[in-house]
Formats: sequence, C-alpha cells, structure tokens
Amino acid sequence: MTAEMYWLPIIFMALMGVAILAYAILDGYDLGVGILLPLNNESQRDTMIASIGPFWDANETWLVLAVGLLLIAFPSAHSAVLYHLYIPAVIMLIGLIMRGVAFDFRAKVAADYKYAWDCTFKAGSLITTLAQGYMLGLYVMGFRTDLEAQLFTLLSCFGVTAAYSLIGSAWLIMKTEGELQKRAIRWARTALKITFVGIIAVCIVNPIVNQGVFDKWFVYPRVMFVLLIPIVTLNLFVFLYFLLNRLPRVNDSYSWVPFVGVTGIFILSFIGLGFSFYPYIVPWNVTIWEAASAPESLKFILVGALIVVPTILMYTIFAYRIFRGKATELKYY
Amino acid sequence: MLDTLMLSRIQFATNISFHILFPSITIAMCWILFYFKCRYDFSKNPVWMRAYRFWVKIFALTFALGVVSGITMSFQFGTNWPGFMERVGNIAGPLLGYEVLTAFFLEATFLGIMLFGIRRVPSRIHTLATLLVAIGTTLSAFWIIALNSWMQTPAGFEMREGVAFPLDWWAIIFNPSFPYRLMHVLLASGLTAGFLVAGISAYRILKGDKKRAPYIALKTAVFMVAILAPLQAFVGDLHGLNTFEHQPQKVAAMEGVWETEKGAPLLLFAIPDEEERKNHFEIAIPNLASLILTHKIDGEIVGLNDFVGEHPPVKPVFFGFRIMVGLGLLMILISWSAVYLFLRRKELPKSLYKVLVAMSFSGWVATLAGWYVTEIGRQPYLVSGVLKTAEAVTTVPPSNVVFSLALYAIVYSFLLWAYIHTIFLMARRSVDVEEFETADPSMTPIPDTMFEGAGSNEGMIAGGVKI
Ligand code: HDD
Ligand code: HEM
Ligand code: HEM
Repeated sequence: MTAEMYWLPIIFMALMGVAILAYAILDGYDLGVGILLPLNNESQRDTMIASIGPFWDANETWLVLAVGLLLIAFPSAHSAVLYHLYIPAVIMLIGLIMRGVAFDFRAKVAADYKYAWDCTFKAGSLITTLAQGYMLGLYVMGFRTDLEAQLFTLLSCFGVTAAYSLIGSAWLIMKTEGELQKRAIRWARTALKITFVGIIAVCIVNPIVNQGVFDKWFVYPRVMFVLLIPIVTLNLFVFLYFLLNRLPRVNDSYSWVPFVGVTGIFILSFIGLGFSFYPYIVPWNVTIWEAASAPESLKFILVGALIVVPTILMYTIFAYRIFRGKATELKYY
Repeated sequence: MLDTLMLSRIQFATNISFHILFPSITIAMCWILFYFKCRYDFSKNPVWMRAYRFWVKIFALTFALGVVSGITMSFQFGTNWPGFMERVGNIAGPLLGYEVLTAFFLEATFLGIMLFGIRRVPSRIHTLATLLVAIGTTLSAFWIIALNSWMQTPAGFEMREGVAFPLDWWAIIFNPSFPYRLMHVLLASGLTAGFLVAGISAYRILKGDKKRAPYIALKTAVFMVAILAPLQAFVGDLHGLNTFEHQPQKVAAMEGVWETEKGAPLLLFAIPDEEERKNHFEIAIPNLASLILTHKIDGEIVGLNDFVGEHPPVKPVFFGFRIMVGLGLLMILISWSAVYLFLRRKELPKSLYKVLVAMSFSGWVATLAGWYVTEIGRQPYLVSGVLKTAEAVTTVPPSNVVFSLALYAIVYSFLLWAYIHTIFLMARRSVDVEEFETADPSMTPIPDTMFEGAGSNEGMIAGGVKI
C-alpha cells in the first residue's frame, strides 16, 4: 500500500467524523428544540422556533456533507450501510421533511393551521431523532436483528432522543430568558438524567456484545489513557447536574455554560464511539481502506475541501455573530 | 408484481420530479429578488422593498421544500442505486461533494441572514447575502448538471475492471453536452420563476389589488420572460443539435423517425407505436426535421430501427418533447403580446391577466417534460454506453421499496397541494394590506430601524397590517 493509499482514507474518515459530530451538535440542538416544543403555549413556541430560525438549514447541511463524504470516499460502505438501514433512513427522511416544511408553513398560513403545523414540527423532530437513534443502535450492534439487539436499539432510540433534548434545552437556556428559560432548565435537568443512563448503557453493552471493542479498550497500558474519556465525561455530567440546580442566576450569568458542557459530552462520546470501531466503517466487516474510492478522486475533492471548509467555518461564525444574543420575535422578510 | 428495479425507477422519478419543481423556481427567483433589492438600495423607493418582501416569503417556502426533498435525493443513490456509486462513484462522488461544499453551505448559511437578518445588518450586507444565496443556487445547478451531463455524454475517464476512473477533471466537468444543458436549465428556471411571479402578480391585480408592488413585479417578470423565452428556443435548438451528434437514438425518438431517411419531415403530431414500429395519425411538415438538425434539406437522420434494443421507449420521449416545445412557443407568444401592450398602452386587458394566471405553473410542466425527454431518452443506460440502469439497482426486497414509495407519494402529494394553496392564500391576503407609499408621513418610523436603512419600511407600515 502506498503512503497516499494509506493516508487518504484516514483523512477522509476524520473529515467525515467532523461532519457527523458537527451535525449531531448543530442539528442536535434544533431537533431538540423541536422535540421540546410545548403544545400548550403559543408564544413560547414562537420564541423557541425563532431561536433556531436562522440556523436550521445550515445545520442540516452537515448531514448532507456527512452522507456525501461517505458516498464520495467510501462508496461501497455507503451502499452497504444504507442497505441495512433502508427503512429507518426513509422514516428519518420523512421526519426531516415534516419538520423542514412545517417550519416555513407555520409562518404563512392562517392561525387555525398554525397549531397543526407546530404539531407536525414536533412530531417530525421526534421521528427524526428516534430514527437516528435506531440507526445508531443497529450500527453498534453490527446490523443484528435478534431480540437482544432489538432491545438495545430501542434503548438507543430513547438515549439519542434524550441527548438531543438535552442539547436543545441547553441551547434554549442560552438563547431565551424569563419563564421559558426556567422551563428549559427544568427540561435540561430531566434530559440530563436520561442521557446519563443511555450513555452508561452503551458503555456497558458495547464492549460486552462486541469482542473487538472490548479488546480495543481494555489492553494495558492503553486503558490508562482511554479511560480518561469516560472519566472526563462523568465529571461533566456531575458538574452540569449541580450547575443546572443553581440556574438561573442574576444577570443571566453562566447561561451559556450548559451548552458548552453538553457539547463537551457530545464530543467525548463521539470520540469514544469512533475509537471503538476504528478502522472499520461497516462494523467488523469492511475497513476504511477496503471501502475507499480511487486516490485521484479523493485528492481532487481534498484540494477543494481544504480551501472551502475554512471559508465555510468563517461565514458560519459570521452568521452566528449576527444573530447573537437572546432570541426575539421572528421577523420574516 | 413490480420488481425492485421498476419500483426503484418509479421512486427515483417521483423524488427527483418533486425535487426539481423547487430548484427550478429558487435558482432564478433569487436573482429576481437580488434585482428588487438593488433597485431599492439605489432608488430608496419603498415599493421595491415591498415587492421583495412579498416574494422573499414565497422564496423561503420554496427553498424549504427544495432542501427537504434534496436531502432525500442524496440518500437515494445509496438506498436504491448502489451500483451507480460502485461503478462510477469515482466521478459522481467528487462532483456531488463539490456541490455540497461550494453551494449548499453558502446558500443555507446566507439564507438565514437573507430571511431574518434585515434588521440586524446594514442594507448593503443584506443585499450581499441575497446575492450570495443566488450564487449558491446557481453553483448548485452547475455541479449537479455537470454530473447529469456526464451521465449523458461521458468523457475524461477510463474503465478499469468495470469501474470508471477519472483521467481529466476538466473534460469530465465540461463534457460535450454540459454547456448546452446548463444554459438550457438556467433559462428554464428563469422562465419558471418569471411566469410564477407574473402569474401570481396578475392574480393579485385581478383580485383588486391596486398597489404598485404587484404591478412592478408583473412588469419586471413579463419583460424578463419576453427576453428569456426566445433565447431558450435558440439554446434548445443548439442543445438538440448537440444531442443529435452524441445521442442520435434519443433524437430519433424525439422526432419519431423509425427508418433512416434523407429529408425527414418534422412531425407536428403523431402517435408512435413501438409494437408495429411506425407512427399513426401523422401531421408533418416535409423535410423540416432534416433541415433543423442537419441544416440541409435532404440531410440524413438515422432512424430508431438502426438501434433496436438500444433505444429508449419512444412515446414518452416523443410527447414530452412536443409538450416542452409547445409551451416554449406559447411562452414567447404570451410574453411578447404583454410586452407589446405594455409598450403601447401601458394597460393590459383583463383577459391577458387571466392568461398569465393560467400560465403561473407552466414552467413546471415544461421543465418536467424536458427532463423526462432527457432522462428517459438515455434509457436503457444510466450512464450512456457505460452502465445500464438495471445493473445499478439495489437488492433490497421490493416490499421495502413499496413502503418507501408509498410514504413519499403520500407526503409529496399533500405538500404539493399545500404549497400551491399557500401561495394563492398569501396572494389573496396581501390584497388588503395598505399601500405604504401613501402612508401618513407623520407616522414616525420605529427609532432603532431608522439607521438600518432597509428596515425603515417596517416603521412606515407599523399602522397597517403586517404582511
Ligand atoms: C438544476 C438544479 C438542480 C438539480 C437537477 C438537482 N438539484 Fe438539488 N438543489 C438545487 C438544485 C438542483 C438547489 C437550487 O440548489 C436547491 C433547491 C432549493 C435549495 O435549497 O437548493 C437544491 C437542494 C438540494 C439539497 C439540499 C441542500 C441544502 O441542504 O441546502 C440536496 C441534498 C440536493 N439538492 C441534492 C440533489 C441531488 C442528489 C440531485 C440529483 C440527483 C439534485 N439535488 C438535483
Ligand atoms: C432535475 C431534474 C431531473 C428529472 C426530472 C429527472 C427525471 C428522471 C426520470 C423521469 C427518470 C426515469 C427514467 C426511466 O427510468 O425511464 C430518471 C432516471 C435517473 N436519473 Fe434523472 N432526472 C433529473 C435529474 C437527474 C440528475 C441531476 C441526476 C444525477 C446526478 C439524475 C440521475 C438519474 C438516475 C441515477 C436515474 C436512474 C433511475 C432510473 O432510471 O429511473 N437525474 N430521471
Ligand atoms: C422552445 C423551444 C425549446 C427547444 C427547441 C428545446 C429543446 C430541448 C432539447 C433538444 C432537450 C433535450 C436535450 C437532451 O436530452 O440531450 C431539452 C431538454 C430540456 N428542456 Fe427544452 N427546449 C425548448 C423549450 C424549453 C422550455 C420552455 C423549458 C422550460 C421552461 C425547457 C426545459 C427543458 C429542461 C429542464 C430539459 C432537460 C434538461 C436538459 O437536457 O437540458 N425547454 N430541451
């Protein structure tokens, strides 16, 4: 294997990891806001949706990039994974369609339909997160479909949904004030506990059912380093638990901390999961080198990526700066 | 019982047909919005801002539908056409990748600023955001049309063990049919958006809207389509010549030519019959097809019988082509009549308004007809001469595809209805909104919007109804 045939797949694996992680965090918070939409309070719904209005489209684009990178860099893995995930992927897409259009229709129809579109938005968000949790569960289980695996995927559905609710409520704590902010803090407390249970469950089940994962983590001396990941994660959970009990504070101080903390949890969990499966792209079946496409194609797209990705980051930061501060009424132009 | 291949084809056609409806509007409409916004920035005449604000809402809705159906598209290759990526992924992948990197992020990020940022940034920056979204949608068309054109007329690659490897990216992107197809598709978008703007504005006027905004939007759109429609016919003709060179079997199906002949007639109407391999009920103009395609009165056109087993189904290609060209000619006729009247009398008759309303979605019909000619005309190949459609299909059980297809079909038909319904609803609602130009000048704008330029209209209509 030449050096470029060795390194290109690794680089693309890393790029894909970044895209998936960015997706989970960014679309994560807007999906979470969608799940949490209270059906009994219209003005809170308006503010919540206003808080994600300018961002959701760009957030979802990270999913397109992640799927795109899988398709570009590992075409055969793309087919294999989607072969197994055909039905949940379709359901997720339907969920994404529901929320994407509901978001826009709600602002334009007569008042009597607005409530229906808000329900669609909430339902679509929920369907999307459940389907993503299901897909994650199936993936971790190596696409097994026996009872044990089914139970685990069920758990994963709720775990992922809770995690998205958590980051969604953390976003709201940062972007809103008053009653809604208090409500978001209560949501965050509940979601924090469920997410914690979910992550613990994955940490226990994953090495038990996957011998490969076990061997990866528990070899001396590596275990001393990699155990840092769960330890730091645990500390973040404890820290957030106490912090959430003390919010809100005067002058709204620390309201941004939960979001950063939850982002930290997402990043660490993702690194842990990625580490478990590396270098497999279809678990225990196909490695990144086996699935990679031609070096000439990878190089062609890499050149572009190196130029374009920093630009994307720059204008994304620009957009977030424009909309910084507390979310106010949504003004459509 | 339909097999996975047939079901996947129907599903792909359903999805892409639904998807293309929205890009075909957004690509050009964003440039129209940019034009409105520039007119406002330079003249400070609030009527342009008013037109902008009405259409940007419809744009946002259209864009949202384009995005969600587009995300579905990007999963299609993996779920239903694994062979496509495995065989030509080395070429298709990077082109799709560049679309995401250069176009999707650009449009999605600046869309947020375009829609919600007007009070937070200076007017010029907002105009710039509109421009960047317009550039994004056009770039998106550039990349995806490059891929599609490569599938029609592949170039710049070599096959090794059944897999395509890139040799020359320039040749791949600027493959023989690409320039024609890109121009034709961009013009098609201009016509689709133009007739939508003209139609909905005419609808508002018919409903008694006396304001300036629908009138100037109508006028802008009518002048635009009057220029684009003949250009489209011209580009379409060049496109056809290019196709004649590279995909003669497609042109033979478009023209309904069975036997190779010199001096072939142009069929205005016929019913092609693939069983008997001949046409029924022909109405023809002698020698014209040869003249158009070869520029010689007795030029030779190779007939379908020379491509037995390698040519596409004839009927859909034949009729699709006639629907598209028919609508194209109708568009020239209508837009020119309107422009003529604008220039002469400056007052359009009611009947012409009605015709424009009826034409609101004519661009959709022509666009779909055109795509069906192009795509069905490529069959039985997915990538001309390289990969057959049947070789690319997935092995998932048909029942799975039935499930997904049924779900998409239900959701899409509902959304299509909701979309059209909402546009007309928005048009009706805007009729009763006051003309802010005549608003009481003593009404002071909200202070914080004063120095933000564009936002100042907001204050002026604060007393009226918010649209
Ligand atoms: C001629 C233009 C054209 C054509 C033929 C296609 N698209 Fe498209 N697409 C666009 C023009 C466009 C656009 C104008 O850029 C859209 C429409 C609305 C929008 O948001 O961007 C878009 C959106 C869009 C999105 C969402 C982007 C986002 O998140 O902002 C995806 C993933 C795709 N498309 C993918 C596809 C695929 C896989 C296609 C073909 C098989 C395809 N499109 C055909
Ligand atoms: C945007 C407008 C488009 C429309 C309306 C359209 C329409 C269609 C239709 C009707 C078919 C079915 C033909 C048949 O099976 O007889 C088809 C096939 C196909 N097209 Fe397109 N197409 C479009 C653009 C594209 C683009 C941009 C791509 C790829 C980059 C593409 C890739 C394919 C593929 C992979 C198939 C094979 C599936 C099949 O044969 O059904 N199409 N398309
Ligand atoms: C008025 C005369 C027109 C002519 C002579 C013409 C010609 C053509 C030809 C020959 C093709 C097929 C090319 C191929 O498959 O390789 C085509 C495709 C197409 N046409 Fe037209 N066309 C006309 C009008 C229109 C109009 C008015 C629209 C839409 C508003 C339109 C939209 C399309 C689209 C979207 C395609 C498929 C994409 C492509 O291959 O470019 N056309 N046209």
